[in-house]
Amino acid sequence: MGLIIDIVITGLISGSTFALLAIGFSLIFGAARIVNLAHTAFYMVAAYCIYVMTQKMGLHPVWGMIIATVLVALLGLISYQLFINPIREHEGAVLIATIALAMVFQEVMSLLFTGTYLSVPALIKGYFVLLGVKVFYQQLITFCAALLVMTGLWLVLMKTKLGLALRSTAQDREVANLMGINEARVAMMTMGLSVGLAAFTGAVVVPLTILEPTMWMHPLIMMMAVVVLGGLGSLKGSFIGAYILGFAGALVVFLAPMGSFLKGPVALSIMIVVLLIRPEGLFGVSFEEER
Amino acid sequence: MDLILFYLKKLFSVFKNEVFVLPSRVVVVLFFLFVLLLPVFTKDPYLLRIFILTSIFAIFAASWDLLSGFTGQMNFGHALFFGVGAYSAALLNLHAHIPPWGSIPLGALVAVLAGLIIGIPCLRLRGTYLALTTLAFPIVLMGLVFAFPDFTGGELGISGISRLTTSRVSDYYVVSVVMLGLCTIMWKITDSNTGIIFHAIREDEVAVRAAGVNTTRYKLLAFCLSGFFAGMAGGLYAHFMRIAGPANLEVSMSFTVVIWAIFGGVVTIYGPIGAVFLLFPLLEFLRFWQEFRMLMFAVIVLVILLYMPDGLFPWLRDKIEKECPRCKIRNIALRNTCRICTAQLDK
Repeated sequence: MGLIIDIVITGLISGSTFALLAIGFSLIFGAARIVNLAHTAFYMVAAYCIYVMTQKMGLHPVWGMIIATVLVALLGLISYQLFINPIREHEGAVLIATIALAMVFQEVMSLLFTGTYLSVPALIKGYFVLLGVKVFYQQLITFCAALLVMTGLWLVLMKTKLGLALRSTAQDREVANLMGINEARVAMMTMGLSVGLAAFTGAVVVPLTILEPTMWMHPLIMMMAVVVLGGLGSLKGSFIGAYILGFAGALVVFLAPMGSFLKGPVALSIMIVVLLIRPEGLFGVSFEEER
Repeated sequence: MDLILFYLKKLFSVFKNEVFVLPSRVVVVLFFLFVLLLPVFTKDPYLLRIFILTSIFAIFAASWDLLSGFTGQMNFGHALFFGVGAYSAALLNLHAHIPPWGSIPLGALVAVLAGLIIGIPCLRLRGTYLALTTLAFPIVLMGLVFAFPDFTGGELGISGISRLTTSRVSDYYVVSVVMLGLCTIMWKITDSNTGIIFHAIREDEVAVRAAGVNTTRYKLLAFCLSGFFAGMAGGLYAHFMRIAGPANLEVSMSFTVVIWAIFGGVVTIYGPIGAVFLLFPLLEFLRFWQEFRMLMFAVIVLVILLYMPDGLFPWLRDKIEKECPRCKIRNIALRNTCRICTAQLDK
C-alpha cells in the first residue's frame, strides 16, 4: 500500500512539473512556431533567482517566488527581442540560437555559483503521514500551485481577448494577421507568458530538487517527450501526456531493477510507441502542409 | 614521357580554367594542402591531436548535413549513429579481435542498421515531431548501456581497444585522408542524381512524389548513408581515444553537431566541415580562459547567427562570388561580365 502511495505522489509531482513546462513550451510553439529549447533554462535561472532572494538577501520565500517569476519573464522577453525575433523566419537558426542561449545561461550560472549543488528550504516545513507514507507539505504545495496556475491559464486562454488572439494566431498566423491581430505582439506576449510559466515551475519545484547549472537538461528532454506525445501545440495533450509520462517514470523507478537508469528511456519508449500508432500525437491535429 | 607531359598539361589547364577562376575552389585546394601538409610543419602531439579530433567531427557534422540538411529530416539524435559506430567498433575489436581497419567499417555497417531501425518508424513523422522523436533514441540506448553494465561497461565505457596506428603522425594521416575521402564522397553524392532528389525532398516532398519518385526509399537511403558516415566517425573516434563510453551518446553531442552544421550553413556539405575546422580548434584555444570557454563559444554562435542566419560559409561565398543571371554559373565578385556567356553581371 505504501508503495502505491509513493508511486502516486511521485507521479503527480513529476507529472505536474512536466505539465507546467510542456504547456509553456506548447504555447510559444503554437503562437509563434518557435521551438524554444531554452525553455527549461529559464526554469533553472528562476530556481537560482529564488536561491539568491531567500538565502542571500533574506527575503520571504513567497516574495522571492513572485520577484523571480517577474524577473525571469523580463529576461525571457529581452532575450526574445535580442536574439530570437530577428531570426524568427529561419527555423534552424532559431533552434541553435535557443540552445546557445541555454548554454549561455548555464555557463553564467556556473560562473556565479560554481558547479556545487545548492538547495532551498521548503515553504512550509514538515510532513504528515498518509497510510504510513511521509507526505511533505512542500509536495502538496507544489501540486496545488500547479493545478491553480493551470486553471488560471485556462481561464486566460478561454475568457480574455489576449487568449482569443493567442488561440487564433496558433491556428493560422496569416489569417490572424488579416483579422487585425498584431501577430508580432501576440508572439512577444506569449513568450513572456511561457517564460513566466517556466519560471513559476522553477519556483515551486526548487525546494524539492537540487540546484545545479545543468539541471535544465533532463526536464528539457522529458518536456519535449511530453509535448510530442500529447501533440504539438495542443494544451490538453500536453496536460495528459505529462501525467502519463510522470506516472510511467514513477512506476519504473519504484518497481523495476536499475529503475533510475531506465526512467528516461522507458518514458521515451512510450512516446515512440504512441507516435508509431498516431504520428500526430495523442491530441494533435494533423496539419495540412504549412506554407 | 609524352603521355606524362600530356597529363601534366591537362592538369595544368584544369587548374587554370576550372580552379583558379573561382576563389571558393582555390580555398578548397588550399584546405586540402593544409590538411595534408600540416605534420610537415609541426609534430606537436597536442596540436595533431586537436586536428585529428577536428577531422573526425568534420565527418560527423557533414553526415548530419547529408541527412538533415539535404532531405530536411531534422535529426536531433545524430549521436546515436556516432555512439553505435563507436560501441560496435570497440566491441568487435575487443571480443572478436578484429583490427581497426576491419572493425571501423563493420561498426559503420551496424550504424547503417541503426539508421534503418530508426528510419523506418520515423518516415511517418515530419518537421518538429521528427526532430523531437529522434532526440529520444540515443537516450534510450544510453539507458540500456547503463542498465547492462556487464556487456557495455556501463558508466566507464569500453576501454583497452587497440590503437589506430603506432604513432601520432600516422594516426593523423589515416584520419585526415579518410576524412578528405569520405567528405569528397559525400559531396559527390549530393552532387549526383540522388543528391538532387534529396534536395528536392527538402524543398517540396509532395511535388517529388508527384514526379514519380519513391520518396520513402530515398529518405531511408539518406538515413542509411548518413548512418554509415557518422558510424565511420564514431569508429575512428573510439580507436583514436581508445575508449567508447556513454559520453558518445549524450544529448550535448547531438546538439553540438547541429550547432556546427547550422553555424556553417546547411545543404552545402562544405559548410559543416568548415565550421568544425573553425569552431573546434577555437574551443581548444579558448582553454586559456577555462571558465569562460563555453560562454564565449555560445556567445560567438549567437552573434554570428544574428547577422548570418543562413550560416557563415554561404554568406562568405556570396560575398566573394556572384551568380550569372543568364547561365547560373558562378563568377568571382570582381568581374563585370560572366566568364562563360559574357552577360552583364549585376552589381
